[in-house]
Amino acid sequence: MSELFSQYNYVVVIILMMTGLYTVFASRNLIKKLAGLSVFQTSVFLLYITIGKVSGGQPPILIEDKGYGADKDGHALLDGPIQLAAGDGSYILPGPGTDVLYSNPLPHVLILTAIVVGVATLSIGLALTVRIREVYHTIEEDEIQNMDFVYNLEGTAD
Amino acid sequence: MSLFAAAAEPAFVVPTLLLDISFLALLVVVAFAIVRMRSLFGIVMLQGVYSLVSAAWFVSLDAVDVAFTEAAVGAGVSTVLMLSAMLLADRKSTPVPMSRQFGALAVVVLAGAAMLYAVGDMSAYGDVNSPANAYVGMDYIAKTAEDIKIPNVVTAVLASYRGYDTFGETVVIFSAGLGVLLLLGLNGNSGRWVARPNGQVINDRSAPSAGLAQDLRSDEQRAEAET
Repeated sequence: MSELFSQYNYVVVIILMMTGLYTVFASRNLIKKLAGLSVFQTSVFLLYITIGKVSGGQPPILIEDKGYGADKDGHALLDGPIQLAAGDGSYILPGPGTDVLYSNPLPHVLILTAIVVGVATLSIGLALTVRIREVYHTIEEDEIQNMDFVYNLEGTAD
Repeated sequence: MSLFAAAAEPAFVVPTLLLDISFLALLVVVAFAIVRMRSLFGIVMLQGVYSLVSAAWFVSLDAVDVAFTEAAVGAGVSTVLMLSAMLLADRKSTPVPMSRQFGALAVVVLAGAAMLYAVGDMSAYGDVNSPANAYVGMDYIAKTAEDIKIPNVVTAVLASYRGYDTFGETVVIFSAGLGVLLLLGLNGNSGRWVARPNGQVINDRSAPSAGLAQDLRSDEQRAEAET
């Protein structure tokens, strides 16, 4: 039971992913389909980012060492002992002797690329929707298929 | 992995847990509302809300770079894109009869069950020693200070270690922009071009729902479409 509870984030994210996928499959409206695709995509981002989370960690931006964990004004930057370097301006890295932990930067990099590519695919999909609407005067998928059948666009009867 | 032997942490920190659960609950509510909703305006806005709530959760998950990209691009730019496409198209979606949703539901439930079955093999949430968190990501953290000499590891990987990938991403964006321009037209011809499949014209009045399958346009319009 405790094992399942330690993985609750994956369970919820899978539910979110499947909700987005269901919107893509079940709706006949092209714009609603694209909104569902967007939800699906954002949920995949959530899956990747939760994998890279380190408990008790902090964002992967290296902290500069300014002398035993205190900044210029003497405020402590971190709780606990820091014995890595004595204020030589180097960055504090995780490891024995420090209690600083960074979350995994690799999923963040992958998802940054994926977000931008996702907007590119979304804009192409929306442009196609606008063109379909100009020609068919509808963006409902079943009406479009009906018109293709009526006008013999599938070319079966010639 | 030995890097972290001294820095083991308990798996759960209560304030973070509360934050995670509230964000997840919000996301589930918004996603279900998108499925139920029929007004396209509402759907588009809720999709923006979904992106924004995920961006907030990304901050809590230490992914600050991802959070501001998602807030700017996911919640901002894509919402604007979808709104403008919605203005050029329809405002309402027609309901889908229940009988036609069972196929989609079956596929989604099966895929979800398969993924839930695999969840047992994932490492615990926040595990510092999980395979995903132990190897190459940690190498980037260890070497960025020396190699690139900037504090932000994500920027270092994105722009320097994996610079060619980012260049490829730029090519993707360029192609997408080119595709949109080709589809919508640069020279103001958008909307005037009419498809004439098998010599027939498809428009509002000739649509099957109108019961009229002949060309009802005036001769001038037809001549214009021919040229």
